[in-house]
Amino acid sequence: MNALVAAAKKEGQLNVITLPATWANYGTIMKDFTAKYGIKITDANPEGSSGQEIAAVESLKGQSRAPDVVDVGSAFAVEGANDHLWAPYKVATWNDIPADAKDANGDWYGDYGGYVAIGYNPAKVHPAPTSFASLTNPAYKNMIVLNNSPTTASAAFSAVYAAALANGGSLSNIDPGIKYFAHLKAIGNFVPTSTGGITTVQNGTTPIIIWWDYLLASEVVPVVKGFKIVIPSDASYAAYYDQAISATAPDPAAARLWEEYLYSTTGQNLWLEGFARPIELPTLSAAGTVNKAALAALPPAPSGTVTFPTEAQQNAAEAVVSANWTKQVG
Amino acid sequence: MTGSAAQAVAPEALTSGARPSGVSTSLRRSLRWLGVVPFGVYVALGLIVPTIAIAIGAFQNTDTGAWTLDNIKLATGGDYLPGLRNSVLLSIASAVVPGIFGLLIAYAIHTAKRGKLLRQIVVTASGVFANFGGVPLAFLFIATLSTTGVVTGWITDLTHFKIWNHGFTLYDPLGIFVVYMYFQIPLMVLVILPALEGLRPAWREAAHNMGARTWQYWRYVGGPVLFPAFLGCVLLLFGSAFSAYATAEALDNTIALTPIQIGALENGNVLAGQEHTGYALGLFMVVIIAVVMIIYTILQRRAARWLR
Repeated sequence: MNALVAAAKKEGQLNVITLPATWANYGTIMKDFTAKYGIKITDANPEGSSGQEIAAVESLKGQSRAPDVVDVGSAFAVEGANDHLWAPYKVATWNDIPADAKDANGDWYGDYGGYVAIGYNPAKVHPAPTSFASLTNPAYKNMIVLNNSPTTASAAFSAVYAAALANGGSLSNIDPGIKYFAHLKAIGNFVPTSTGGITTVQNGTTPIIIWWDYLLASEVVPVVKGFKIVIPSDASYAAYYDQAISATAPDPAAARLWEEYLYSTTGQNLWLEGFARPIELPTLSAAGTVNKAALAALPPAPSGTVTFPTEAQQNAAEAVVSANWTKQVG
Repeated sequence: MTGSAAQAVAPEALTSGARPSGVSTSLRRSLRWLGVVPFGVYVALGLIVPTIAIAIGAFQNTDTGAWTLDNIKLATGGDYLPGLRNSVLLSIASAVVPGIFGLLIAYAIHTAKRGKLLRQIVVTASGVFANFGGVPLAFLFIATLSTTGVVTGWITDLTHFKIWNHGFTLYDPLGIFVVYMYFQIPLMVLVILPALEGLRPAWREAAHNMGARTWQYWRYVGGPVLFPAFLGCVLLLFGSAFSAYATAEALDNTIALTPIQIGALENGNVLAGQEHTGYALGLFMVVIIAVVMIIYTILQRRAARWLR
């Protein structure tokens, strides 16, 4: 570890990509890392997407401004591994990361995530929604939105996956989720607008939004007074983003030190303070090192272990949603 | 999304050469060509190179680069062909309707008596409206006309009629069409006005002196002269609507439109590794625009007979 710190300090800089300062507490995390190790961080394209991260790794290869590390949706982590874009690396706490949330070879590893949740403004929504089934209540006419199209945004895609679980589907069968939203739109409850997340929630047009619990907590709660978050009782679907180190990283030591920092107790708790559930949360809770105040801001996690879709299931579900969303719901 | 009006007039400006001033003819001729070079480079980098890259990429595997027809096959499956149909229909409607309205408005301010101030106000306002688009435009309509919108509230207060309970919605293709009018009509006013100003009053006077009625003047003189310009402007509007993207997606994320589908393939967070299917869809759009351009050229050539 000391040798790694020395080598990283010698490089003196780290290129990250698409990390918004307000997302999962990255602003604080980057500042703290720089203060601790004296390594300057350049954050390219903070509002970009996973697809753009992969494109940057490929197109900037060999340049000093190429990304060293990425934080991508799981489909993109797998795609990058297939294209040999990542350098395998196992952090010190490797064993605390659940086996189905990491690549056995160390190419990529889950970092933080959360549950699909229903957020609502209690001042405008009566009665309080509790489940996907409850959202068909006629009282919610013209009220429910997703943050974006499920063919574009992984959060909205996950909402469809969760809805499938609540309606007799499974990780291998997302179709009931699409049918659910088609029904929700037919009865007028689901509004297919998406101005980029919270705008129409904030101005009151659509007071119910299905999104990640951690994004509801970090993006909506601060701007909508009394906003409530509930994990639907009929479906618990969780997903995690993944970390990976670029195989062609211009600053390979700083990249590895960054990963060690993120998977330290400090890094994990900083994510939690940004309302993201860090992957090693169960270990932190058991060891008593978790920041309890930060944990309390999130809705309690459902009991039982979460299962994640396999790569094959995920790809199949993505293909089904891409082919059928506009056809069935539109 | 809009704003290609300026480019439309550029080539003519470039080809009218400088005045002779004792320099030899051949040197003058080569200097004349030199003036076109920046525009040529611009067209090559901004249009020709990307088009070729898309045309080649559409037939290559996203990962390996091997030649394949899979992208074309994928791009004709799923909801992609209905998306193309929706895009074309929406664009035709969003070109023809504002084309007619824009022409009438432009004609009104062109012929208005003491209309100089009016003209200036309309042109300036049109310049602003024509360049307003994207998610902010969608939100402007949501803030005014959604269930909790300001104007919706006024209508309810005044008439006790809740429009949203009687089938009105912003979040469907008709809603998108209405929102497109916001920038398409002003765009039409801006681009057709110079053509209207090109109609010389002397032609009309001459026609009337020879006993033509107003409809005859339009049928045999004004219409034929104006027609190529009108067609060109409608085509510009078609292109503007055909490539529009963010406004439509913000209003209705359940409608299949080709630009949105390309966005999901290239930039999205869900589908990974299908970028070249997006190239294939892009190629379809290029082909459609090419067909429209060819029809336009043929029609214009016929119409231009009157101007020879």
